[in-house]
Amino acid sequence: MTDAIRTDALVKTFGRTRALDGLDLAVQTGEVHGFLGPNGAGKSTTIRILLGLLHADAGAVTLLGGDPWRDAAQLHRRLAYVPGDVTLWPNLTGGEVIDLLGRLRGGLDTKRRAELLERFDLDPRKKARTYSKGNRQKVALIAALASDVELLLLDEPTSGLDPLMEEVFRQVVLEEQRRAGRTVLLSSHILAEVEALCDRVTIIRDGRAVETGTLAGMRHLTRTSIQVDLAGPVDGLASLPGVHDLQSHNGTVRFDVDTTALDAVLRQLTAVGIRSLTSQPPTLEELFLRHYDRTAGAEPRSEVAQ
Amino acid sequence: MNSLTGTRALTRLALRLDRVRLTVWVVGLAVMPMGTAANYLKLYPTQQDLEAVSGVLSNPSLVALSGPLFGVSIGGLTTWKIGVTEFILVALMSLLTVVRHTRTEEETGRLELLRATVIGRHAPLTAALLTAVLANLAIAVLVALGLMATGLPAAGSAALGLATGLVGILFAAIAAAAAQLTQSARAANGIAAAVLGGTYLLRAVGDSGPTWLSWLSPTGWGLHMRPYAGERWWVALLFVGFAAVFIAVGYVLEARRDVGAGLLAERLGPAEASPGLRTPLALAWRLQRGLLLGWTIGLALSGAVLGGAAAGIGDLESPNQQLTDILNRMGGRNGLTDAFLAAIFGIIGMVAAAYTVQVTLRLRQEESSGRVEALLATRVSRLQWAASHLVFALLGTALLLAVSGLAGGLAYGAQVHDVGGQVGRVFGAAMVQLPATWVLAGFGVALIGLAPRLSTLAWAALILSVLLVELGALFGLSQWIVDIAPFAHVPKLPGSAFTATPMLWLTVVAVALGAAGLVGLRRRDMPVA
Repeated sequence: MTDAIRTDALVKTFGRTRALDGLDLAVQTGEVHGFLGPNGAGKSTTIRILLGLLHADAGAVTLLGGDPWRDAAQLHRRLAYVPGDVTLWPNLTGGEVIDLLGRLRGGLDTKRRAELLERFDLDPRKKARTYSKGNRQKVALIAALASDVELLLLDEPTSGLDPLMEEVFRQVVLEEQRRAGRTVLLSSHILAEVEALCDRVTIIRDGRAVETGTLAGMRHLTRTSIQVDLAGPVDGLASLPGVHDLQSHNGTVRFDVDTTALDAVLRQLTAVGIRSLTSQPPTLEELFLRHYDRTAGAEPRSEVAQ
Repeated sequence: MNSLTGTRALTRLALRLDRVRLTVWVVGLAVMPMGTAANYLKLYPTQQDLEAVSGVLSNPSLVALSGPLFGVSIGGLTTWKIGVTEFILVALMSLLTVVRHTRTEEETGRLELLRATVIGRHAPLTAALLTAVLANLAIAVLVALGLMATGLPAAGSAALGLATGLVGILFAAIAAAAAQLTQSARAANGIAAAVLGGTYLLRAVGDSGPTWLSWLSPTGWGLHMRPYAGERWWVALLFVGFAAVFIAVGYVLEARRDVGAGLLAERLGPAEASPGLRTPLALAWRLQRGLLLGWTIGLALSGAVLGGAAAGIGDLESPNQQLTDILNRMGGRNGLTDAFLAAIFGIIGMVAAAYTVQVTLRLRQEESSGRVEALLATRVSRLQWAASHLVFALLGTALLLAVSGLAGGLAYGAQVHDVGGQVGRVFGAAMVQLPATWVLAGFGVALIGLAPRLSTLAWAALILSVLLVELGALFGLSQWIVDIAPFAHVPKLPGSAFTATPMLWLTVVAVALGAAGLVGLRRRDMPVA
């Protein structure tokens, strides 16, 4: 499988701020890739480098087989971008902006445009100055989604959308996913959205990818929470490898277990006799927090979102 | 908590945000009358000289342009020469300041953030007005002191200073009302500026004929205060009264409307873009056309009025030997007219350069607002995007100059009954200004490409150029310093011989600066805030 996007050890500094610090990112053709990280982690900086707006200080980057800095204009025919903070020309109507951006990108599917206007419930006759943040976001989303392109770069695309519109967005992205060969890079800090949409996820922190892979694969690397009612007392559970935070109360035992040790631990429990058992796979949120818990002591970083 | 809570803090914020901008305005407006007076003291040392030159000024076109001359004295002449210009500029400063701190803040949403704090309903408007009033008071005092320092009578100096400050305060009040009407700051500025243009026209028509019309115009009142010509202090009450009315209207309207809303509803536009809106140039045209149209009308009118005024110069019956000598040295009556035309189009060139700079800096505006990001993520290259706006800086300015030259040539030619002979000469006088304006565009592009955060220095370059050319001789600066200004190299047409060399050099400098800027623009990160 080919990569639509690939960066190797990407570095970008703004003055004394090191926004990207050796970022590795690989997005496979045809997948929806979640790009997770808190504000200031370097998501927008990465996307701007992918768009050829910023020049990386070091490292290699390939986008759709080309160099985004050198071949920006040619590559841009094949992609659509939704900025995190959409600003529009105040005197143009939403419809005009959608058409303009679509045409500048190389064409717009008018049927799709009408359908998306309907689904996102946007009045295209209003002047951009009168739109709320959510409506400006919709303008950029419709312009991007109505274009027939190979790659969608979406930078926190649902910020400002209400839950209903977020749901519409999810459906539309899922539809996109079914069209073969279309790749989506979805930067977000809304975990539920990423969990619902993404095939693979890269978590970035302080300008570096700290975790990347499928959600299932990532779960595998982490712990499952178990709560179990046992028929009899069990000894030595706490000393088994892979068991953490064991609490026991009136025959109810709670603990976390490394996914690799799950089998051995369950055998031990079955030997005693299980009355009831609930197991909870780790949520993306827990994965995420595990990586970010450690940031408490890190120095504050400024978001480079301008 | 009352409706004014927080006014003090907001006023301090406004002054802090405007510390550079307002300082430039205040100093510029304070220096202009002083410089003019100093200039006249040198030019017309005796009462005879003054009376001689005063004869020229009764020419109807000049009266329409600058108002009547009320007093034959250095002070009277200074008031005539600089008064109306000063009033218009101070009015612009005031209305821009008030709209910037009310409607612009509201449109961008920043005011919403402030409104959520402990801020009274009328505090932002009051703070904006206070800021404008403070700036106008500073201008009034500095103008008066500056004129007194050049040795002019105290009463007249105080009257001219007061008139200037009061015109400014009145337009701050008008802007306060206009800012309540529309959702967009541009439209609010447009309404207030249209009122200003209307008062100018009323005064121009009134001064040419039915005097009562000029009494309907605040710029007329300024002259009717009669600085240096038997001051009429009571006219100040007109300003104060009307300012109070407009401020009251502003407060009443503000109390009745929602934050963010205007009283004039926003109209719906087309749901689809017109088929032509598919290139960066088409977008730039859409964004720039209103501005270009406004400037074209303005410069066409200026050209026509000034061309008409030039025709009167030759009618001058000079009783004064010295002036006749100067005249003869300049090549007789025609020489004087030509010199006047050359001077006029020199000024028009610098005015048109303001458009050039404004349009060039539009690139920065598009960038820092973030709008460029969506555009550059399409197949539009940076150079295509830059070119789409620079076309207006280069060719738009050419259009402005051409229109003012044609209008001036027609008006002048019609008066001297030689349209065929004069249009070409006057048109040439306008067009020779073009390469100098291009240098300023080139400098702007160089800043945008190489030092984007400093790009407002393009305005400083224009102001410096104007000051060097207009006041360099007065302050006895060496020629090489004056030569920094691109306008110092423009051939003085009509009248003197046309030389292509300086024009060529100016173009070369403009191209070099522009190319450096575009190379920088291609290489640097975007967008830079």
